[in-house]
Order: sequence, then structure tokens, then C-alpha cells
Amino acid sequence: MTPGPVLSLVGASLSFGDHRVWSGLDLTVAPGEFVAVLGPNGSGKTSLVRTVLGQQPLTDGHVEVLGRPPRRGSRHIGYVPQQRLVDPSIPVRARDLVRAGIDGHRWGLPLPGRRLREQVDGLLASVGASAYADVPVGLLSGGEQQRVRIAQAVATDPALLLCDEPLLSLDMASQQEVVAEVHSRTEAGTAVLFVTHEVNPVLDVVDRVVYLGHGAHRVGTPDDVLTSESLTALYGAPVDVLRSHGRVLITATGWEGHHAHDHEDDER
Amino acid sequence: MMAALTSAGPRLFDFDDYGRLLSLVSSSLWAAAALGVVGGLVGVFVASRDQAFAVHGISELSFAGAAAALLLGVNVIVGSMVGSLLAAMVIGLLGTRARERNSIIGVLMPFGLGLGVLFLSLYPGRSANKFGLLTGQVVAVDEPQLAAMLSLSAVVVVALAIIWRPLQFASVDPAGAAARGVPVRALSLVFMVVLGLAVALAVQVVGALLVLSLLITPAAAATRVSASPVWVPVISVVLALTAALGGILLALGATVPISPYVTTVSFTLYLLAVLVGRVRRRRGWTRRPVAAHG
Repeated sequence: MTPGPVLSLVGASLSFGDHRVWSGLDLTVAPGEFVAVLGPNGSGKTSLVRTVLGQQPLTDGHVEVLGRPPRRGSRHIGYVPQQRLVDPSIPVRARDLVRAGIDGHRWGLPLPGRRLREQVDGLLASVGASAYADVPVGLLSGGEQQRVRIAQAVATDPALLLCDEPLLSLDMASQQEVVAEVHSRTEAGTAVLFVTHEVNPVLDVVDRVVYLGHGAHRVGTPDDVLTSESLTALYGAPVDVLRSHGRVLITATGWEGHHAHDHEDDER
Repeated sequence: MMAALTSAGPRLFDFDDYGRLLSLVSSSLWAAAALGVVGGLVGVFVASRDQAFAVHGISELSFAGAAAALLLGVNVIVGSMVGSLLAAMVIGLLGTRARERNSIIGVLMPFGLGLGVLFLSLYPGRSANKFGLLTGQVVAVDEPQLAAMLSLSAVVVVALAIIWRPLQFASVDPAGAAARGVPVRALSLVFMVVLGLAVALAVQVVGALLVLSLLITPAAAATRVSASPVWVPVISVVLALTAALGGILLALGATVPISPYVTTVSFTLYLLAVLVGRVRRRRGWTRRPVAAHG
């Protein structure tokens, strides 16, 4: 399909004033690869997503999407934003949200068209959302909303799917469905960069993880990165990684851990 | 009952000489029709961007501008436009987040109202003119004013038509829109200007206090019964037209201002829409087919 890497970061560094978010980040994502970005809140996960979207310039280093510097509004990138419930009174149906992924950026009136409608129907069907195509998004469950967002994100048949905390506030069954849906896209060669602070839902499908924290980072397979030694070195404080029944539990003393509540921190 | 209402004090309904009155207010009817279209369309975005409070804030500054114009003896439409555009720009530039925006509006609103009251109390002219700025004036629209209002409406409608699709995207899904390259922030500013123009227009007909009834209620009612990107604006415009024109036609024979009629029609339509929406929601909005495709 696509020759060369979908995404490459070389010595990428990002600082806000004196605060070093991450530095010297090297990462190459191949077509069809599923990479999870992990780390506590404020570790720059969302900043990394914004960098790839071309919304956040690097302080140092290089980033390339399909061999070119990222630019805003690239059709090669599909973006699934943080799970946020749409208010039920906002007049937007599932099919409208998906259609916006096709031509929502163009000027003028959103005139209806038969080919466009068929395309939207196809996208909705591909994520199993046909049944609620005409329902206002605000009336859908969290899992259903995320399916619709995935359909929107893949509308341009992107080479890279960027998912920013798509599992927030979803129950476990919905989390698994969303992960399976995103993972199914890798079969067609779409690369996935999946930001999450919960590693377990993606543990079975992930090829590599990027673990961000305290200005440093680790990149590698889950088995390499998610170990007590590796994370202790990353945090500079004792971290225990426990494995049981195929799940990973990361615990630490004197560190808030993965479940801090303020996600706004990530948006700096 | 009717006799009691019409015999003494302010008359609420009086349909003697209706035909003669109608010809006198034809320009008001045109202005109301233009306002119905503008209010109905702008309201759709006020609803999906959750900016009802901004409409209220802008209308108070628009009132202050109009009052200042009245005092200085310049064109009242120009005054209300300057006021509402200033307010819209301040809100748009300073308030990027909803919470920020609301506090800025909360600060601006009493200031505008206070300024307006000051200008009006300094104004030596007829008190009916003063009252009209707050509560609307039915026969006050003359020919040059009508021309100004119609062209202003055309500007608003054309501007909306150009930015409609990306604005819709940015309103319901700002993060997704930004990722697709939609200039979310610039659009937000442009919309505030459009909103400012629409408010200035509405202040002329229904007055500063009741602008909400034409810029918010019709669209809010429309979103109760539909979520379709085609039907919501259509229903919203129809409801706004009904409220604006119906309000004027009912107010014709009365000595009280036009706004209570407009607001009552508007509110009644909203209640009906809520009822219809309830039924629709109880039935599950659309029937969800059991099979994958329906």
C-alpha cells in the first residue's frame, strides 16, 4: 500500500516554557501497525496527537506523516477525539456527523446528494451503526457515539487513525467493541495511534506502546515497556507492574497513577 | 371579556378598521418577515452552539447603542448595530471557552443596560420612542429604515449560506472539525458578527428585551421535533415567521407594544414543539430496525 512509514518522529521534543513535556522522542509507525500511547495525565499524550495533526509545532526535532510535515486538515489522518457526550438538544444525527467527515470542511450549504448518502450509509454500516443512522447523536450511548465517530474518522480512508482517549467513560463491553472496531482497520493497512491511560483494553491488539511520563518516555512492545524495571527507570520512583490473567496492573507509591480526574491537564 | 379588555385602559385587541391599519404597517410586515427568516436561521446555530446567553448580552449593548443614537440624534439602526457588533466582538475575542464567555456576557449585560437607561433618561424626546427600544415598536419602520433592514438581512443570510457547512461542523464537533482543517476560531468570530447584525435587526422590531423570542425560541422549538440539517432550519424559519408576522397582525389594533404578541405566539409554538418532541422521543425517535440495515 503506502511505501515507507505512515508516521515518523525523529528526536521530537516539546516544551511549554520551562516545562519539558517530552524530548528526543523517536517513533516510526508502519502501515497496519497499532501503537498505544500511554502515560499519566499531563504527560503530553494529547500534545502528541496535536503535533501529528499539525496543530502543535515541535520545539525540536522532526515529525512527518507519509513523508511530509503534518498539515492541518490532512485527509490522510482520521481523528477520533476524546469521548465527550453530545448534548441531546444539539440537532445532529449520526449520519450528519459522518457526513461532516467527508465534506464538512467545505464552504457553502450542505446540500443532499444520492452518492454522498450512499457513501455515508456504507460508512455507518462498516461500523455497525446503520440501525441508529437517523438518531440524534446525543440520544446514543457512549459506545454508539464512538462507533459513529470512528465512521467519521475513516470517511477519507486515512493512512493513520488517531484516537485520543476514545475509551473514556465507556463500560467494559463498549470499550472492547470500540477497540475491536479500531483494530479491524489495521487489516486494510491503516496505522493506528491510540491514546489511552488504560492499557488493558488494548493489550491484546497492540503492537507497540509509547509510554510517556516525567519528560521521559519508553517505546517498545508491551512486554518490554510494561515491566517494573522499565517504568521504575522512567518515573525515577518505584513502580510495580503486576500481571494477572492477561491483565496488567501498574501501581506506585507516592504517585497519583492513571486515574487522576482532570483530563484538561492533557490539553495544555 | 373582550369588551372589558377593549373598553378601558390599554386595548389588547381591536380589529375595527383592520384593513386600513394593515396598509399602514406593510413596511413593518416586511421587516418582520425579514427578521423571521434571519432569526430562524441564526437561531439554529445559537441552539447548536449553546449561545442563548450571548444573544441576550448582545441585545443589551445593542439597546445601549440605539439609545445613544436616539440621544445624539443619529440613525437608531446604526446605533444599535454599533452596540451589538462591539458586544459581539468582545464576547467572541475574549470568551473562547463557554465558562469564560458566560462571565464576560454577565459583566457586559448590566453595563449595557445601565448605559442604555442613562442615555434614555437624558433624552428629551417622546417617551414612546424610549420604551420602543426595549419592547418593540410596530409602526415605527419607515421606508429608508426598511431598506436598511432588508439589506442587512440579505447580508446575514448570504454570510450564513457561505459559512453554513463548516460552521455546522465546528458547532457540533469542534475537535473533529479542527482536525479536518476547519478554521474553528475564525468561524466563531465571523458567527459572532453575524449574530450581532441579526440582533441589531431584531432590536428594531421586538425590542432589546425580547430579542430572544425570535432568535432563540423558534430554533429551540425546531430542535425539539427534528435533528435533520434540512428540517431544523426550515421549521425554525417557519416558526419565527409565524411569531413575527402573527405578532404584528395581532398587535395592530392594540395600544400596547408588539412584543407581548410576538413572545406569546413564539412561546405557544415552543410548547407545541415540546409536546410533539416528547411523543417522538417516547416512540424512540426513529424506529430502530432489528436487522443491521433499515
